[in-house]
Amino acid sequence: MIAMSSDNQGGNARVSSLNQIRTVTKYAFLNYFRARRFYVMLAIVLLVGGLLTFAAAYYRPAAFGFGTPSSENPALTLYSVFWGSFATLVVLLSVVFFGGDAISSEFQNKTGYFLIPNPLRRSVVYVGKWLAALGASTLILGVFVLIALANGTYFFGFSIPYQFGESVFFAWIYLVSAMGLTFLFSSLFKSSITSILTTVILFLLAFDIVDLIASVVAGIEPWFSITYAGGIIANVLTVPYPTKTTIGTGRFHITTYYASIPEGLAIMAVYFVVTAALGLWLFERKEFTS
Amino acid sequence: MSGSSIEAVNLSKSFGSFAAVSNLSLKLEGTKCIGFLGPNGAGKTTTMKMFTGLISPTQGKALINGVDIKEDKKKALGSCASLIETPEIYPALTAREALMMLCELRGVPKGERTKRIDEALGKVKMQEWADKKVGSYSKGMKQRVNVASTLLSDPQVIILDEPSTGLDPRGQSEVRDIVKSLGNRLVFMSSHLLSEVTEVCQEVAMVDHGKLIVYDTIENVTAKFAGDGGAAEAGFSRDVDEATLARILRLEGVDKAQKSDPRHLSIRFKGGLQTQERLFTQLAAMNIGIVSFRETSTGLEDAYLKLIQETL
Repeated sequence: MIAMSSDNQGGNARVSSLNQIRTVTKYAFLNYFRARRFYVMLAIVLLVGGLLTFAAAYYRPAAFGFGTPSSENPALTLYSVFWGSFATLVVLLSVVFFGGDAISSEFQNKTGYFLIPNPLRRSVVYVGKWLAALGASTLILGVFVLIALANGTYFFGFSIPYQFGESVFFAWIYLVSAMGLTFLFSSLFKSSITSILTTVILFLLAFDIVDLIASVVAGIEPWFSITYAGGIIANVLTVPYPTKTTIGTGRFHITTYYASIPEGLAIMAVYFVVTAALGLWLFERKEFTS
Repeated sequence: MSGSSIEAVNLSKSFGSFAAVSNLSLKLEGTKCIGFLGPNGAGKTTTMKMFTGLISPTQGKALINGVDIKEDKKKALGSCASLIETPEIYPALTAREALMMLCELRGVPKGERTKRIDEALGKVKMQEWADKKVGSYSKGMKQRVNVASTLLSDPQVIILDEPSTGLDPRGQSEVRDIVKSLGNRLVFMSSHLLSEVTEVCQEVAMVDHGKLIVYDTIENVTAKFAGDGGAAEAGFSRDVDEATLARILRLEGVDKAQKSDPRHLSIRFKGGLQTQERLFTQLAAMNIGIVSFRETSTGLEDAYLKLIQETL
């Protein structure tokens, strides 16, 4: 249903921005869903999931929770290794695949010339594409959740630890936040390859280096880093929840920081709000010049 | 459909120190087709982009039906469809899906969408490709879908930036026919094809270096600036010998006649349509094997060359 206002134009109803967002989301998602990159990403997740399943079934290593009677909850160990170690990678690859050039491609591929000269606000395109990219990424993440669940229930039955549910929820919040940051970078550039490369370098390299330098060299908690916040996805699967640890004494010591759950969620929320506002602001002002 | 208008009020756009459009003031209204002419880099596309929200003016206003695009883009473009440059469509969508997306965004009544899409695709001869993914289309086929997209919402105002770009001669002819059929709308169309503009437009606006040079009916522009004369190409069934060429040169009104190849002559003459008609009759009566006589220079072309040259 199209929401109609009294402002009729040329026999057509004026469509509310909310309904226009729904339209852009629907067709952008359809475009993602049919695109090769969706199936490449799906193949990566199936490959990672398949390799982990093979390792668990064939080797049954102690690291996966097998043969560790000392552990109170061996299922949790499996979920921790299987899911906790790879969920952030799946999230980050998804945001790169689906968000890396979502906005920049509107300029480079000229798809913006088809959409923008219509009676809609630019924010409709931005939000619609963001939701579509989030939907495609959520599907991919969902496949990985199913693979982890299938393994967990096969080996340890239906007693799924509640921490796994929390971790899945945090991973999705992380996805929302990282997608916001990715869209910001995508609206900074008009070249698809530049925006994708920037996102890859940022998420898979730069943030990790900054985290390391901040905690190990400078000795400060990297509360400003989104990947530091993303640590809660794996940390919540560790019992007891890890806290700050220091190895060594005096000048020669290394401190490892762990974001608490409220801290992690707060950092992700701030990242999302700030990057969404900035990205939208940039896209509203960016000009479609050749 | 009365009351349609496109108005530029002191419209300017600069990119750094380069003024792409400079204080352009122009009001187009009514139901007609206005050709927008100028050399490459004159500011035509930049102007049209400002009218469609693709870029923002540095100063001035771009109004569609009296609504400033910067103030209320949604309202301004509610009754305006456009085709700027050669847009790309999401490659994994079919033409039908892409057009349905526009129908939904533009508020075309639900019950009419399928019919309008079929009609629009029919006009651009793309019905057979309607359910195939756009990614598999050629450039020309995509441009046909883009042209179809401008017809969906029954707009009062249509802005077309070189709509026949990338199309084969048949496609160009079809686009001309489509534009001609939009008689009850205000169409603002840029083109480098002066014959196209002459065929489909009633008025022309010429710009150069971002400034408006002239805006008037084609007849007035031609009368004021084209001068008295024209050119034509005559084709013959046999080689034209020197004696025949000399006889043609002696005909009243002929300024110049030269062979473009052994069986074709380029003829320049003084006078308008009457002279052209008389020459054609005389050439046919000379029994020299004339098989074709085609106007090669329109008054608009002469006016364009004169005006643009004068601004250099």
